[in-house]
Amino acid sequence: MVGVDPLASPFNAHSPEAQAISSLFVQTLVVCAVIGLLVAGLVAVCVVRFRAGVRPDEPPQTHGHKWLEIGWTLGPLAIVIALFALSARAMAASDPPPNREPDLVVIGHQWWWEARYPSGAVTANEIHVAAGKDLLVRVEGADVIHDFWVPQLGRKVDAIPGHPAFVWLQADVPGTYPGACAEYCGAEHAWMRIVVVAQPQADFDAWERHELQPAPAPAPGAAERGAALFDGKTCIRCHHIGGRGEAIRVAPDLTHLAERTTLGAGVITNDPANLAHWLKDPQTVKPASHMPDLNLSDDDVSDLVAYFETLR
Amino acid sequence: MSAVAPIEHAAPHEGHAEDKGAFSWVATVDHKRVGILYLVTALVFFVIGGCEALVMRLQLAKPNNTLVGPETFNQLFTMHGTTMIFLVAMPTLVGFGNYVIPLMIGARDMAFPRLNAMSYWLFPFGGFLLHFSVLAGGAPSGGWFAYAPLTETPFSSSPGTDYWILALLVLGVGSVATAINFIATILTLRAPGMTLGRVPLFVWMTFITSILVILALPVLNASIVMLLVDRQLDAHFFLASGGGNTLLWQHFFWTFGHPEVYILALPAFGMISEVIPVFSRKPIFGHEFVAASTVAIAILSFGVWAHHMFATGLGRAADMFFVGGSMLIAVPTGVKIFNWVATMWGGSIRFTTSMLFATAFLVEFVIGGLSGITFAAAPIDWQMTDTYYVVAHFHYVAIGGTVFGVLAGLYYWFPKMSGRMLSERLGKPTFWLMVLGFNLTFFVQHFLGILGMPRRVFTYPDLPYWASLNMVSTVGAVLMGVASLLIVVNILVSLRSGKVAGDNPWDAWTLEWATTSPPPHDNFSQVPPVHGRRPLWDLAHPAADGKEPPAPPKERTFDKGAVAVWSFIASEAGFFLILIIAYVFFNFGPGKTGPSAASELDVTKTAGFTVCLFASSMTLWVSEKRLDKKDVTGATIWLALTLLLGGIFIVGQGSEYLGLYHRGVGVATNLFATTFFTLTGFHGLHVTVGLFALAIALGLVRAKDFRPRSASLLRAIGLYWHFVDVVWLVVFTIVYLRPHG
Repeated sequence: MVGVDPLASPFNAHSPEAQAISSLFVQTLVVCAVIGLLVAGLVAVCVVRFRAGVRPDEPPQTHGHKWLEIGWTLGPLAIVIALFALSARAMAASDPPPNREPDLVVIGHQWWWEARYPSGAVTANEIHVAAGKDLLVRVEGADVIHDFWVPQLGRKVDAIPGHPAFVWLQADVPGTYPGACAEYCGAEHAWMRIVVVAQPQADFDAWERHELQPAPAPAPGAAERGAALFDGKTCIRCHHIGGRGEAIRVAPDLTHLAERTTLGAGVITNDPANLAHWLKDPQTVKPASHMPDLNLSDDDVSDLVAYFETLR
Repeated sequence: MSAVAPIEHAAPHEGHAEDKGAFSWVATVDHKRVGILYLVTALVFFVIGGCEALVMRLQLAKPNNTLVGPETFNQLFTMHGTTMIFLVAMPTLVGFGNYVIPLMIGARDMAFPRLNAMSYWLFPFGGFLLHFSVLAGGAPSGGWFAYAPLTETPFSSSPGTDYWILALLVLGVGSVATAINFIATILTLRAPGMTLGRVPLFVWMTFITSILVILALPVLNASIVMLLVDRQLDAHFFLASGGGNTLLWQHFFWTFGHPEVYILALPAFGMISEVIPVFSRKPIFGHEFVAASTVAIAILSFGVWAHHMFATGLGRAADMFFVGGSMLIAVPTGVKIFNWVATMWGGSIRFTTSMLFATAFLVEFVIGGLSGITFAAAPIDWQMTDTYYVVAHFHYVAIGGTVFGVLAGLYYWFPKMSGRMLSERLGKPTFWLMVLGFNLTFFVQHFLGILGMPRRVFTYPDLPYWASLNMVSTVGAVLMGVASLLIVVNILVSLRSGKVAGDNPWDAWTLEWATTSPPPHDNFSQVPPVHGRRPLWDLAHPAADGKEPPAPPKERTFDKGAVAVWSFIASEAGFFLILIIAYVFFNFGPGKTGPSAASELDVTKTAGFTVCLFASSMTLWVSEKRLDKKDVTGATIWLALTLLLGGIFIVGQGSEYLGLYHRGVGVATNLFATTFFTLTGFHGLHVTVGLFALAIALGLVRAKDFRPRSASLLRAIGLYWHFVDVVWLVVFTIVYLRPHG
């Protein structure tokens, strides 16, 4: 995997859309800084030059000045018109076309992300894309309003139930781009993080082919016991593992769970110890999440971990 | 205490028997006491809301912190926002307005002192309702903006949201009543010579704010009523699963929410417009432009709501419209800033604590305004909305703007209210601590947003720079807490042993400084003559030739009852407009299934009842005419006929409801039924209230003692009754006639 690009900032733009917004942001901030410094400077001059003591007690009683008023009405108006034009230009860069099948469907759930590919591949929280390709993404909300936001790759867009939105998603170069849900969506809004993994086309194709594979049959022993527990302990009512039962999409698809870097949409890193903790006591790891505490015994947990670690 | 100089009360009316004892504060209708009640209550809620903020900042001081869990944190920010807006900022501004506006215009009280007291008592009651939720199963946690569907029952089943709705309804009614009172006071009780063009800018801006309140608050009231219908009666206004529309809530909420921003800002602008001239020893620069720009901001504020919704994906055309409108607001706001600076320019500025806060306001508010411009540019908003950048932005507006303005006003008017000065020795360090703490807390949050930190998160991963910036922000918040505490200490200490203020400690020019501090019960023994915008300046600078200035042009005088009823009607029209929009939105257009207006409503029968209601307006009009001619018997008969016709209408509506009920059409059946029952139900409620009012009027017309006043009372109720009838004509046309037309 390519090195992590840590600054998830709109200024660290890695797509044409994000770049257009970044430029607009810089231009606007420069204009704002000039205005701000002008006002602060004028106030500073007043503070220094027009203090009582250095001035007569009763200064000249000026009531106004028509041309000054006209000036500081029209001046800002001109600036505003210029900023409007710049904004309109940047908006054009983010306009998605109507009436085209999306290249990717992203669905916000309380509190995780589901990504569906036209190929049929389904994954959660870690969204793989081919670098350099401009993808049309349809963003949906499954329950409440969420917001899909990967600052380096472009605008955020709300994931609204009954009101799908379309945006462009593109990463110029391979890399890992962090993001997060940006609309308050209930208790665990904080842990609804996103990672977009941009890969060279060939790597992405390989990843997608692999995603479409069902999970390998568990080896006898702990993994096989774990797989039986997955069916028996009601995990299967919400989670899907390719090759086991029907495809239920209430909770994240676990077919390739062991390949993901985090659990609980970013709350802990995905390693066997953390996975055991998560299964044993999900309400401590991610309070109020919809992952119930199933009162699993330590043996059950280690069997499940053994099975889940095979899901590559 | 003996060393402390007593405060002289030279006023003739001092020592009112009803002014003594604790109960007198409960029973008071004196605008000054009501004002102080507002301010003290708001201070209590400010402490609560501030503590909520501090707990949040402590939780966010480091990554992966566990001081409070997610549910508590979400309740904290919901309560913090709701408290600071509805229980601190609005009541504080109303409290100052209550105290000083009658004084500033040379009046003895508000136009409706008892209504004023009722408005106040609704405020602690609303605050109580909101906080009672904590005992009733948990505080609300849907945010102050309460976005559906998160606030709908499937996702928020605890009653917190219901208490939030009830509290806001109570507070909303109180706010509208106060606004009507301000409008009536300012329009009808000005001293001779004080034309509308001469009222102090704080009075003017409160007047404009009050107009915003009567138009904007009903939009909130109508929306939360719909949310309550969803939650309590299983309807689906805002639930996509039942055919409702999630985004409609946001459109409604921000139609209220953006004017609300100016409701919180404009009175503070007014305070700044009083403080800066007095301490600069110059009149306000460009008075007319400051006043007119306020009107411009108020008008624009109703056309920019969707800039809160750029992230929803409105589409190009709507985005452009709201970008343009939002950016335009920068122009009148800039006019204000430049005029304030120009007022200081060439002055002889006394940097009291009050003036220090006003000066800091200029710089801090401009920072908030400029980051606001970045949000008006939709593409930047697409990146920065719902991040800490927006938290920084609106706190620069709300604290750097409103709070600093209010603190300038507090140090300025405290001597008038208490008779004693706030300590400047304590005030100045408090100012510097507040400015330091405020900028530490919120300036770094710009960077947090730019580094990708979303808002409303109870904790966060340890990403580069997040931990250190958050720690700085928390330290700043603690400093602000200390500064706030110092302000409270200053108030308490100064109340006991502050320097005695005298009538006019700042050598100011408006009428409130022409009476004692605190003023007597009836405010003035004699209101000074008003020949301009600065009556006390004119008094001290008589014309050189000794001639009296010319009398002011005669202004139209208003009847306070008529002003109040017309304001109320405007407010109610806003309420019904939202219900009608909801009806049209869900019923006009293709693809509707289930019961509909065409399938369920009997237009002929309802037309009959409509004729009755319409006729009742006529009979009421005849009754008024009879009363004008002192024909009490005739007035009684026609009024009784009005009651009868109105009663027939209500019975007709009742039978229609019963019929629908028997056919299994209830409020939750589908969106036609929901919108139909909500719209006609609220109209029916208004008719019922009108019938009660008419019945009372009937009694008063008959009672001899009231006869001289009953004519104007009947006219006022009559206006309301005609309005209710007009609303019905609109409802009848849209709901009943259209599907058959």
